[in-house]
Amino acid sequence: MTQKLISRFFEPPYAITLEHYSYEAAKKAFVQMRPQAIEAEVKKSNLRGLGGAGFNCAMKWSFVPRNTGKPIYLVVNADEGEPGTFKDKYILTYAPHLLIEGIMIAAFAVGIHKAYVYIRGEYEQPFLNLKCAVEEAYQNGFLGKNILGTQFDLDVVIHRGAGAYICGEETGLLESLEGKKGYPRLKPPFPAIVGLFGCPTVINNVETLSYLPFIIQNGGEWFAALGTEKNGGMRLFSVSGHVERPGVYELPLGIPLRKIIFEYAGGVCGGRKLKAVVPGGLSAAILTADEIDVKMDFDSLRAAGTMGGSGGIIVLDETTCMVEALQVTMRFYAHESCGQCSPCREGTGWIYRILNRIVSHHGRLEDIKNLTDIGMFLGGTTICALADGAQMTFLSYLKKFRREFEAFIQNKEMACQH
Amino acid sequence: MNNTLALTPTLREKLNQICANYPVQRAALLPALHLIQETYGFITLEAEREVAEYFSIPLADVREVMTFYTLFHSKPAGACHIQICRTLSCDLRGAQKLISHLQEKLGIQSGETSADQKFSLSVVECLGACEIAPMAKVGKEFIGPLTIEKLDEMVESCSQ
Ligand SMILES: Cc1cc2nc3c(=O)[nH]c(=O)nc-3n(C[C@H](O)[C@H](O)[C@H](O)COP(=O)(O)O)c2cc1C
Ligand code: FES
Repeated sequence: MTQKLISRFFEPPYAITLEHYSYEAAKKAFVQMRPQAIEAEVKKSNLRGLGGAGFNCAMKWSFVPRNTGKPIYLVVNADEGEPGTFKDKYILTYAPHLLIEGIMIAAFAVGIHKAYVYIRGEYEQPFLNLKCAVEEAYQNGFLGKNILGTQFDLDVVIHRGAGAYICGEETGLLESLEGKKGYPRLKPPFPAIVGLFGCPTVINNVETLSYLPFIIQNGGEWFAALGTEKNGGMRLFSVSGHVERPGVYELPLGIPLRKIIFEYAGGVCGGRKLKAVVPGGLSAAILTADEIDVKMDFDSLRAAGTMGGSGGIIVLDETTCMVEALQVTMRFYAHESCGQCSPCREGTGWIYRILNRIVSHHGRLEDIKNLTDIGMFLGGTTICALADGAQMTFLSYLKKFRREFEAFIQNKEMACQH
Repeated sequence: MNNTLALTPTLREKLNQICANYPVQRAALLPALHLIQETYGFITLEAEREVAEYFSIPLADVREVMTFYTLFHSKPAGACHIQICRTLSCDLRGAQKLISHLQEKLGIQSGETSADQKFSLSVVECLGACEIAPMAKVGKEFIGPLTIEKLDEMVESCSQ
């Protein structure tokens, strides 16, 4: 077993109340360190954004202008909507104090006095746990005015979403937080410069922030050494689908996918054969069974034509009908496209309808070519990356399992297994 | 027309406090709608009007937000609201069968409420609980892994 950082709090006594959590890293950061020193440690740590894009955390912070006279905001992305991903829920539920400590450290480093946690509307118990923890933190001087005897003030506001995948996209989230529908914004300007309420804004995922206390306690170099060259530390992999032991596994970046599935998640259900794996949330290109020696860090996965994304691993066994799996997948994007950009709004719906036709045995062979054509214009033409994700997963199924699509169309008797 | 206000003085006071969390009042629109829905179970057009007035924004803006987000309802939901997931991790573990079973058993489709007002059904996308797939959210709770038997038991206990 490798060591546990965040996930040690997923078991009793947890970090739900201050009885079991003492904010040692925040004390160290606030009392012994200067903001620049904190940023330097985070830079050394090679901490990457764990919400989906894998962007270097320290670099993102460095884009934020510090002396514009405007406030700087921290927005914590707790919207967790990428299918196959459920790790932030564990942090919010079992370790809300760890997240608050991470927020404190980020805020102190960048000079932020107001943080908004945007939490997905369906997460009611996690919301309540976080709310209690925030209140407790206020009562004990970890939030509010003159934190830990310093001159530093920080307020944390929890803001509930209301059911929209697109609000996990950072600029859709900002719009939503401003009280509007979640239509993503054109970039540039990037949120670091013009973000929430027109002010410079840092947006980080729950898990990204929750690693900061460990980096402060043990140093950036220590954290970096846990991972690969440019992918520091560990991450929480959410494993689901056809595995014996679905769940959250905290493992070093760069661990082979095979190991996660077979050593940690207990292998494929019922000893059946592996067929395919989605390695980084639904939007990541699918991998076939013979591609699972890939290393699970952002750069290796990109080199393998897919992405690390949100760390959601979905395992498909040999009984899976890929046509149906793709239909279910594309239904998601058709449903969740916000409707702002035509290629995405029309493209995802169009693809879903053709797949429906194929699944109901009215497919034609030219459908595969049509699907490919529609898929080609889906990505790269829209305001946000929802369509790019839909495109990536979509084209990968067509490419890697094309034979199965052809056979399904030709053989009208062929049926999905379930 | 109902002439009791949705935004009672107490709710108005709460809303004022929520607004203080934001430098721009409009940012409190989603919290306001959550507040009303938590209080009454759903949001009437009349309540939307009051919200629009409170924020000094057109009713159309409130409508737009109400309809963009799936969690806001303009009709009362059944006493037991079942949100059952249909996305890939749940589908791989048999969600489709469970959904058909539930629709048949309750005699309603997604988005509907049973005639006796006991059940509402929503077939939804991934709820972030794929580790317990196939799963559903019943009230505030995530339940799974579901089987037909477990679903039946759950429906049974909600019927009482
Ligand atoms: C369609 C879409 C949905 C997203 N959903 C989420 C989400 O639910 N949670 C999240 O943290 N990031 C999500 N992201 C990524 C965010 O845009 C952003 O990169 C992230 O919050 C930045 O934080 P990080 O650098 O700490 O990862 C999504 C991106 C896209 C394009
Ligand atoms: S796919 Fe059903 S909870 Fe994630």
